[in-house]
Amino acid sequence: MMLDVALRHSLGAFTLDAQFRAPPGVTVLFGRSGSGKTSIVNAVAGLLMPDQGRIVSGDRVLLDTAAGVRLKPHGRRLGYIFQEGRLFPHLTVRQNLCYGAWFAPKGAARADLAQVVDLLGLGALLDRRPGALSGGEKQRVAIGRALLSAPQLILADEPLAALDEARKAEILPYFERLRDAAGVPILYVSHSASEVARLATTVVALEAGRVIAQGPAAEVLSNPAVLPTGARDAGAVLSARVIAHHDDGLSELSAGGIPLFLPRVAANPGASLRIRIAAHDVILSHTRPEGLSALNILPGLIHEIRPGGGPGAIVAIDTAAGRILSRVTRRSATTMGLAVGQDVHAVVKAVAVAATDIGAG
Amino acid sequence: MTDWLSPAEWDAVRLSLRVAFWATLINLPVGIALAYALARGRFPGRGLLNVAVHLPLIMPPVVTGYLLLLGFGARGPIGAFFESTFGLSFAFRWTGAALAAGVMALPFMVRAVRLSIEAVDPRLEQAAATLGASRLWVFLTVTFPLIIPGILAGTVLTFAKGMGEFGATITFVSNIPGQTQTIPLAIDLLLETPGGEGRAARLAALSIALAASALALSEWLSRRVAARVGGQ
Repeated sequence: MMLDVALRHSLGAFTLDAQFRAPPGVTVLFGRSGSGKTSIVNAVAGLLMPDQGRIVSGDRVLLDTAAGVRLKPHGRRLGYIFQEGRLFPHLTVRQNLCYGAWFAPKGAARADLAQVVDLLGLGALLDRRPGALSGGEKQRVAIGRALLSAPQLILADEPLAALDEARKAEILPYFERLRDAAGVPILYVSHSASEVARLATTVVALEAGRVIAQGPAAEVLSNPAVLPTGARDAGAVLSARVIAHHDDGLSELSAGGIPLFLPRVAANPGASLRIRIAAHDVILSHTRPEGLSALNILPGLIHEIRPGGGPGAIVAIDTAAGRILSRVTRRSATTMGLAVGQDVHAVVKAVAVAATDIGAG
Repeated sequence: MTDWLSPAEWDAVRLSLRVAFWATLINLPVGIALAYALARGRFPGRGLLNVAVHLPLIMPPVVTGYLLLLGFGARGPIGAFFESTFGLSFAFRWTGAALAAGVMALPFMVRAVRLSIEAVDPRLEQAAATLGASRLWVFLTVTFPLIIPGILAGTVLTFAKGMGEFGATITFVSNIPGQTQTIPLAIDLLLETPGGEGRAARLAALSIALAASALALSEWLSRRVAARVGGQ
């Protein structure tokens, strides 16, 4: 099922003019705050009526201003996971979870309560009220509530933004499972590069209400121009398979045949992962370095050199593992005589890859 | 007990309870609907409606009673309509006393309910809508349960006002024992009767007791509701 969105809307001085297509999997709307991400999601949900637009989910037209079709939010059949949970305070966790099912069409294919409770680890919370839950627990209930409403589309507006790092790490895997299990498209708003890297199948990058790039995650994310925080946050996403866990606390992975050594990852040998490697953790060398403490060396060809606004430049290198990015100073780029098409070796220190940057893939 | 208050005074107590009960019962749906419209609605004439609802609070009660007499009296257009359509007449009957009490109490009901509706986070109502609830269902399953404390507060205020309304009632339906003579009207008459002070004082004490118990009951109920909503 596909989601097609085309919108034009004016809000004071801000104009939203966005058009994109979300295939199955997670489509992340990515951009800094004020870029129009939440307005787009609200328009898809029907909470915001755009001046002009057309939104089609599968074969259902949710909005077509030209044809006068404006489905009310309750007729759109979607599960919206809000940033602040928005659980109903007067209902128990069980009643919150079942709320959407009360209104779903009788014959609708619907997730099973027991299954969702199990998936999200909610068993012990069912008879409590939201007032007695922690932030992470609330957000898990909110995810379950959206899933159980038999949605044909899931919307998530920065569902992790209000949580601390530990809670984020607790919830991200649920979204990964959701992406891999649910057949419905998920539209996910984020401004965190590592969240995007872990979850996104497709990335739609937004700036000032406009789409500046869209496409498969690895492709869009390796373009530092679209990152909300610019080159400082640049990084590449690689797909890798777990080969083995070694006794010294490292895991060996293989990315396109190149071995990578990372701090122990929580996945069994054979599992595929996506790893985000930040550009500032990658250094470059003309020759294969010897006598260096860094463990991961990826030979490749320079695809592009993009000078940044400051003293830095982003170098994109095509390796057998995929495209990776390196942030170097412009001075080193000149001294080394880096040029497009040149052979280089990208060097990544094993401990540089943070646990939050590794996800199921 | 019969010496404590005369049968006529017991009539006044029973009548007051009946008037207050009906005034409250009718005011609940009307007050909640008006409060919802004023709190969440965006329509032309909203400001005017707000003023109209509050008029009985700021006008002299006698004027409210006079306007009721003009509109709902035997010869008033609305009174005549009710008389011919439903066989319901307000003039010089307890129904008129209930109407006067209801109109006088409406601002209290609307204010209490409106404040509690405005305290309900509209984002919860949006969340319910995205989960498939139509506007009516959103109100019934989310808004209504969350405003029960406000409704209880409005109910008590309305009931107390219904027990104690004087000015509009006496102007609209006069002071007829057994028909429109509620507790305050009976007290007023006793105070003008030689030797009636003692019985007036007993009626006054009784009406204070009734008002205080109503307040205590609503406090207890709303604490229970608040504990459920805030709660574990």
